[in-house]
Order: sequence, then structure tokens, then C-alpha cells
Amino acid sequence: MELLNTFFVAPFASMFGSPLFLAEVIIGGLLTGVLYSLVALGFVLIFKASGVFNFSQGAMVLFAALTLVGLMERGVPVWLALALTVLVMIALAWLIERLMLSRLVNQEGIILFMATIGLSFLLEGFGQIFWGSNVKRLDIGIPNESIHLAGIPINQFDLFAALMAAGVVALLAVFFQKTPTGRALRAVADDHQAALSIGIPLQRIWLIVWSVSGFVAIIAGVVWGAKSGVQFSLSLIALKALPVLILGGFTSVPGAIVGGLIIGVGEKIAEIYWGPVLGGAIENWFAYMLAMVFLMFRPQGLFGERIIERI
Amino acid sequence: MIYREAGNYKTTYAADQAIFTLQLDRVFMTMVMVLAFLVVPLWANEYWLQAVLIPFLIFSLAAIGLNLLTGYAGQLSLGTGGFMAVGAYSTYKLTTAFPDLNILLVFLLAGFFAALVGIVFGLPSLRIKGFYLAVATLAAQFFILWLFNKVGWFYNNNSSGNITAPPRELFGLVVTGAAAKAQVRYLLSLGILTLFALFAKNIVRGRIGRSWMAIRDMDIAAEIIGIRPLHTKLLAFALSSFYCGVAGAMSVFLWLGSAETEAFSIFISFQVLFMVIVGGLGSILGSILGAAFITLLPILLTNVPLLVGLRIPIDLQKHIEQIVFGGLIVFFLIVEPHGLARLWQIMKEKLRRWPFPY
Repeated sequence: MELLNTFFVAPFASMFGSPLFLAEVIIGGLLTGVLYSLVALGFVLIFKASGVFNFSQGAMVLFAALTLVGLMERGVPVWLALALTVLVMIALAWLIERLMLSRLVNQEGIILFMATIGLSFLLEGFGQIFWGSNVKRLDIGIPNESIHLAGIPINQFDLFAALMAAGVVALLAVFFQKTPTGRALRAVADDHQAALSIGIPLQRIWLIVWSVSGFVAIIAGVVWGAKSGVQFSLSLIALKALPVLILGGFTSVPGAIVGGLIIGVGEKIAEIYWGPVLGGAIENWFAYMLAMVFLMFRPQGLFGERIIERI
Repeated sequence: MIYREAGNYKTTYAADQAIFTLQLDRVFMTMVMVLAFLVVPLWANEYWLQAVLIPFLIFSLAAIGLNLLTGYAGQLSLGTGGFMAVGAYSTYKLTTAFPDLNILLVFLLAGFFAALVGIVFGLPSLRIKGFYLAVATLAAQFFILWLFNKVGWFYNNNSSGNITAPPRELFGLVVTGAAAKAQVRYLLSLGILTLFALFAKNIVRGRIGRSWMAIRDMDIAAEIIGIRPLHTKLLAFALSSFYCGVAGAMSVFLWLGSAETEAFSIFISFQVLFMVIVGGLGSILGSILGAAFITLLPILLTNVPLLVGLRIPIDLQKHIEQIVFGGLIVFFLIVEPHGLARLWQIMKEKLRRWPFPY
């Protein structure tokens, strides 16, 4: 009875006891969730357009952030450094397409997945050799102070990150839905062969997709880097994006956003209200458990395409 | 024309079903075994045994375990480290609670506990497939390590928080703990690996292995021809976790001597997956070759610059190691996506026709 009380009554009681604090927790969770979504977005883009489960997205975030910080440390102004980083990521996408993907066409998914794990080792190694492996501070001139909205403190920087993420998502949505390139991307995602037969150049599409996810990686790298410093552990947020992915579905951009928000909020609530009962640090596995239990009921995620199998 | 089937007459069913049907294969295998069991312990020094050979044997066992699940039954898993941790911690609990219990028996029991945990975390595989399942198995990885870190009961509430192998004897020799000789630990690991590899080889050749492969190739079709997915998939999870659990127990008791949960982190899971992929999915021999490749590579990368006489700063060397490791993996996947086992196969085909070029 005591146990049931600590697990099922006390947390809810404290939740509704101070709704203001709950709102603060939820908003904090939403803002973290936005950051998860940004990383997950890069995964989804590549998976949609090439069927590659790109494990190296985290390493790309690290690489982008390292490049940006490295350039800024050498006295390059912010805007020029950003532009140069974009160029570097496009060059990287080109190299990946040329040297790796084009040679692995028609291989099974798991082989491509392993190749991207190898790629993430490469990126981490090169990034740290070029720019050094010490923790770096990334300052992009956004104040890190809280403003109060209806009595709830909101970190200005987090708000900025959320707006930036919303902007990126809107941009991507327009790009995917309205431009001819976006339509070509969706065609490739549906069927490689059919897309080829109506004259869509696969290689260029892949280059575009990897460049776009490189661009998303820059944004994720800037936001995470400015928040917690640019260091090796940035590449580990890829692991955090995985439950977001399966919750939202591998092939859905809105899924990545909603999944990220759910994981962000769920994690914070679980840590604050149930964490003390369970001994703390449950953030490490809570997201995975949530995603796993969720998958038992909806194997394709929230917005994923339904898996139909025929013999 | 030395290595050939012609002239090898099989007169019994037993001979027809043997693992090595060719005389030359049998001779070669016997030589390898003699080398491994007799020559190596006499010749190798402490460093080689401790830093190279024992980890190689232990990771071979883990790789065989993962290969049963991923290569044969087609269920991608990233929870290997977690299952190894279950094996290690239950061995520790069992052997400290029952000091008189034979250590081999304890290893097996620990394997059973790992198998039980494997079945629990294998349950989602009935609904989820492919990469979704891989991410779901990450739940096992993180949850298990968190549990072993948080609950003091698992490490007997000692202050350091890690588990240390107590000295245990087998046939009058100390096999675990600080007093155990490297040679003894090597021989015990080799013995366990040999038996387990043989068992795995026979499992995958038989009815169970075939039903796993049917599930892997197309689970709906397999169900229609009368294979029960529930039993088959869970059996694959159980057996795979059993192997990984024993490997985890060995890695603490026969190799590291003392460990905390960090020794079974997600990177171990990835490393074992690398071994399986580099070695060859769906091949027992491949698991062993892959384990050899992945455990030897970092040692080579550290020692080659020293041999040439280059002195590289330690952190630069770490990054170069990362680059070479990643590069080699990508290179390998491009050149031979079916792994080292496939190369071995090709070599045997070539040998069969040698010296004729056709």
C-alpha cells in the first residue's frame, strides 16, 4: 500500500499541488524536446530519401559545431564562419555520396547502418584532430537570462532555440511540399527505381539530402554547443534522438517534432516526480522504455507509414 | 588439386553429416586446436595472453551469441552489453552467496539468468522489426546498467561500487581472481569457447537453426509453413543472451578481474555488432574471425607507430586510431559486405580448382 502510494498517488498529488511548478517543468521539457527534435530531424530526412539509417548524425552535429567554433576561434566573424561551415557540410555530403554511398548501392539496410557507424568514427576523429578535443565555448550572442511569462520563468536562450527550430521545420516543410526538388525527394523516398525511370538523378538527390541534414546538424550543433559547450559528448545526443525517432516514426518529419516534444516532457516529468522514488538518473533509460512500450501498441510509431506485408 | 571432394567417400550417415567432411579440413582443424591448446600457452607471455588472446576468446563467444540472434534469426540487437552485464553480475552474486559452488556451474547459471532477461526484452520482437527493434533493445542496455548501478544489492553494497572476482578453484587450480595465472585463464576460456562454438554450430545446422533462418528470410512465410514465430524468436533471444551472459561473466572473472557497469557500456554492444558484421552475418566461423579482427586492430594501431619509431602524442594517437578504425570498417563494407567468412569461402573455392585458372 505504501509502495502504491509513493508510485501512483504522491507524484500526482505534488503535480497538482503546485501547478505553476508543473508548468515550469513542462515548458522546460518542451524546450529540451525541441533540441531532440532537431537531431531526430536529420535522421528522418536521410532515412526518408535514401533508406539509410544514418547513425552518424550525432557525429555530424559534433563536426559542424567543431568547425564553426574552430573558425570563430581563428578570428572569422560569425556570419562568415556560418557560411563556411555550410560549405564544409556540403563538401562533406558530396564526399560521403562519392566515396561511400555510391559504392554501397543495393546493399541491405544493416550494412548501410554499419557503414554510417564507421563514418561517425571517421568524423569524430577528423573533427577532433583538426580543431582539438578540449571543451570549447560557443558564444553566438544570445543572452542566457530568464524572462517571466505569467509567473513562469523561461530561459531566453531556450526560447530562441525553439523559435529557430520552428523556423527550420517550416522551411523544410515548404521545401519538401512546394519546390520541384522537394517533390523529387519524396519520389525517391517512395521508390528508387520509379524515380530513376522518370529521370530524377539519384546521386544529386542524395547529395541534396545529405547537405540538408548537414545544415540541420549545424543548427543542432550551434544550439547544443551554445548550451553545453562544444565537446565530444555532443555526438552522443544521437543516442538520445533514437527513441524520439521510433516514437514519431522513421519516415515522418512531424513525427520527429512531436516525438521530440513527448520525450522531452516525459523525461523531465519522470525525472522530477518519479526519479527520487526510483533512485535518480532515470533520464538515461526512461525515453527508451517509453518508446518500447509505445511500440508494442503501434509498431510503426506515431506517424510512420503503416507496414503492410505481402508474400 | 589437393583440396577436393573427389575421392572422399562417405559410407555412413554420420560421416555425411559431419561438420568437416573433407580430410584436409579435419587435419587443418586438429592442427589449429593443437596450436591453440598446447603451443600458445607455452609460448605466449603474460602480455599477449592478458591483452590480446583472452579478450579475443571472450568477445568471440559474445559475437557468436549476437550472430545467432542477428545473423541467423534476423533480429537486430544493440543490447549485447546489457546481457553481458547480467551474466557478470549474476555470476558475482551467485559465487559470493554460494562460495562452494563449482565456478563453471555458476557461469552456466548466470547464462540462464541472462537468457531469462533476454526473453523479457525479446518480447517486443514479436511486434517490432528491423531498426525499430534495434532501438527497443537499447532500452535493455540502458535500463540494465542503470539497475546494476543504482541497486546496491547487485554489488553487495561495497563502497567502490564495482564487482571483483573472488578466487575460485577448478581441478585444484586457481582460475579466477588476482592469483589466477594467465595461462590457466586462457585455457579455461578456450575450452568454454570451443564447446560453445561446437554447440552453436550444431544448433544452426539443425531444425532450430533452420527455423531461425526461415524467420529471418520472411517471417510471414515461415509462419505459414508451420514455424511458430513466438517460440522461435524468443528461443533465439534466450540462446543469444545465454552466450552473451557467459561471455560477460568470463570477461569479469577470467579477464578484467574487477569491473563496474562502465565495462558493459553501449560501446561494447557496438563493438560486438562490428565483429559480427565484419566477420560475416550468419556464420559461426565469421564471428570468431570478426572478433579477432576487431580486438587485434586497436593493438596493431597502437604498436605499429612505436615499431616504426614514431612518437605521437597520446590524444592525437587516439583520434588517428578512431579514423583508421572507422575508415577500415567503411572500406571493409564496400569491398566485402558479407564479411571475412565470405573471403574464407572464396579462398576455399579457389583452392579447390587450384592450379587451374577456370
